[in-house]
Amino acid sequence: MQSVTANEEGTTLGIREIVERIGATHADLIPVLRAITDKYGYISQPAMEELSGLMNLPTKEIHSVATFYRMLSTQPRGKHVVQFCESAPCHVVGGREVFAILKQALALEPGQTSPDNKWTLLTTSCLGVCDAGPVILIDTDMYGNVTPGQVKEILSRYE
Amino acid sequence: MKAARSMILVSNDPESNVRGSEKIYAAFQEQLQKYGLTEEVSLSMASDLGYSYASPLVLIYPEAVIYGPINPIDVPNIVEEHLYKGRIVEEKRAPAHELSGKVAWLSARKGTLPAQNRVVLKNVGLIDPENIDDYIASDGYQALGIALQKTPDEVIAIIKNSGLQGRGGAGFPTGVKWGYVSKTFGDKKYVVCNADESEPGTFKDRIVLEGDPHAIIEAMLIAAYAVGADEGYIYIRGEYQLAIQRIETAIKQAEEYGLLGKNIFDSQLNFKIHVHTGAGAYICGEETALIESIEGKRGEPRSRPPYPTTNGLWGKPTLINNVETLANIPAIIRNGAEWYRTLGTPSSPGTKVCTILGNVNVTGLIEVPMGITLREVVSIYAKGMKSGSFKLAQTGGSSGSIIPATLQDTPMDFDSYKRMGVSLGSGALLICNDEVCIVDLAKVLLNFFKVESCGKCTPCRIGTKRAYDILTGISQGQGTLEDLDELLALNKELLELSNCGLGQTAGTPLRDMLNYFRAEVEAHVRLGVCPTGVCPMHA
Repeated sequence: MQSVTANEEGTTLGIREIVERIGATHADLIPVLRAITDKYGYISQPAMEELSGLMNLPTKEIHSVATFYRMLSTQPRGKHVVQFCESAPCHVVGGREVFAILKQALALEPGQTSPDNKWTLLTTSCLGVCDAGPVILIDTDMYGNVTPGQVKEILSRYE
Repeated sequence: MKAARSMILVSNDPESNVRGSEKIYAAFQEQLQKYGLTEEVSLSMASDLGYSYASPLVLIYPEAVIYGPINPIDVPNIVEEHLYKGRIVEEKRAPAHELSGKVAWLSARKGTLPAQNRVVLKNVGLIDPENIDDYIASDGYQALGIALQKTPDEVIAIIKNSGLQGRGGAGFPTGVKWGYVSKTFGDKKYVVCNADESEPGTFKDRIVLEGDPHAIIEAMLIAAYAVGADEGYIYIRGEYQLAIQRIETAIKQAEEYGLLGKNIFDSQLNFKIHVHTGAGAYICGEETALIESIEGKRGEPRSRPPYPTTNGLWGKPTLINNVETLANIPAIIRNGAEWYRTLGTPSSPGTKVCTILGNVNVTGLIEVPMGITLREVVSIYAKGMKSGSFKLAQTGGSSGSIIPATLQDTPMDFDSYKRMGVSLGSGALLICNDEVCIVDLAKVLLNFFKVESCGKCTPCRIGTKRAYDILTGISQGQGTLEDLDELLALNKELLELSNCGLGQTAGTPLRDMLNYFRAEVEAHVRLGVCPTGVCPMHA
């Protein structure tokens, strides 16, 4: 992930390819930004400048959209992104206790990335699987009915 | 497709195959024959049910019970107990801890829900959502044929007469909305399906999209014919990967069958549907924010009027309906407005899909006639409280209320709830026991609004933050009685000054908290005590 973004020429080509595939109208901006987040982990400043030229939009417009949506990131994230649902349905069925253990196990507060770049911890609003709360989303794997005792074991599955 | 009572799916991904899924399939065939069940129980292989840790596994609908890992020798017992006698074999159930998001129905529940009145969920779990023929065999696209034989005005009249109200939370009469768009002059009109379901506790739309995607396509076609639109968008929240995939498959199939495209059913109707996925923003469920988001901008609500019915997507007249609202349409067209009015209450006809959550024995999804009471939901469908006693229900997200146990006999319909000063919201019923602290709950709810406020208008951006800070203070034993007055004032300001529904309803938990549970809040403030022991009081 890191090496790809460092290689700016590669990024430029990658972004061109994404825009060609999805489209260059204003309505394509959010799908394009999601594809960039998926591919590079985040949307870098050079990426936004490149997009500005390709999509004929001011960089500030791209920045303002990129910072609005939760699934887009303008900051580098760790190898694994752990998202904890902090909405009420998960909270009242034990989410409070699970979150305390999760923060302790990762030694992170929400929004932080671990020094070894392995983990980023985020809180999220409802993920829509509320009959199985508390819910933790790690990358694209969803864990439901999590108990405080399971947190360590779940985290140990990720390298 | 024959009408089957139950449906068995056997996982046949490579891993399950190695572990003998074909032998399991054969064992089921043999046992079903032995019990004479081949006519009423359908049996099929499924490519990947997404529970690889417990494979091979067997999924039985309509109960949505997941068994796994299964050996061929377990099959006779499962057929005898589950399919013949109707008893779930508890010890063979797959551990319910993990979800892959690939199975439409999650089985976090311990039992099954009693027979309900299914209109919206008619096909969910009973047909293969990735096969258009299954949908057609279950009366699918019949309503479209019926609608095309009527004039657009006649179709709108049926929807008006049915009394269907928008199921997204606000309860606006659907037929009236269709009428507005139909009457607006324009060379180009859009139909948008709002599937940005993000109200905490609500996942009914996901289940409909995952389980019966063609119903939404059919409803959008009928709506397009009625209002004169030729292009549609389905805005699905980005987190719903399976729903996105299913609806895309369904659109492709409908195009192949000529149900989307030009001159549909040899009529003048042309219609195409695009899928637009969200990128994680609760506010995009607000219809003008949703439009902004489709246009590629920040999801900030527009000032209204003008309403989307006249100035919507790219400034064109636009009809926006919620998934559940649309899912009612084919049934209404097929069976008529009179039939629909026999369901529910006179002021709120039809059914409501509710999600049951919280400290109860059975969580999940039910579709019940409008007008059922909370007491019935808790005692019948939720099979009682898991622990403690019923203290309150929260009806989910921004459009709901906190409903104390004393109101549990109020019929759940738009009118009765409005009279009691509470709101039905999107149908999420978060049932809380007496271990839940009202201050803590309100804090969590306000945190949600604070995080999800788009920041466009000041009352909402500052007000939700201020209310959250005050609640945090109260939960730490630093609250004052003046704080309670300020919370009520904030509620008033949020309600009267905010630009959209998010801000306008963000103060509802504050109002309900002080209305129904003032003594508990005052215990925090006056005595420095959290009666439930939840809040970290430092005073």
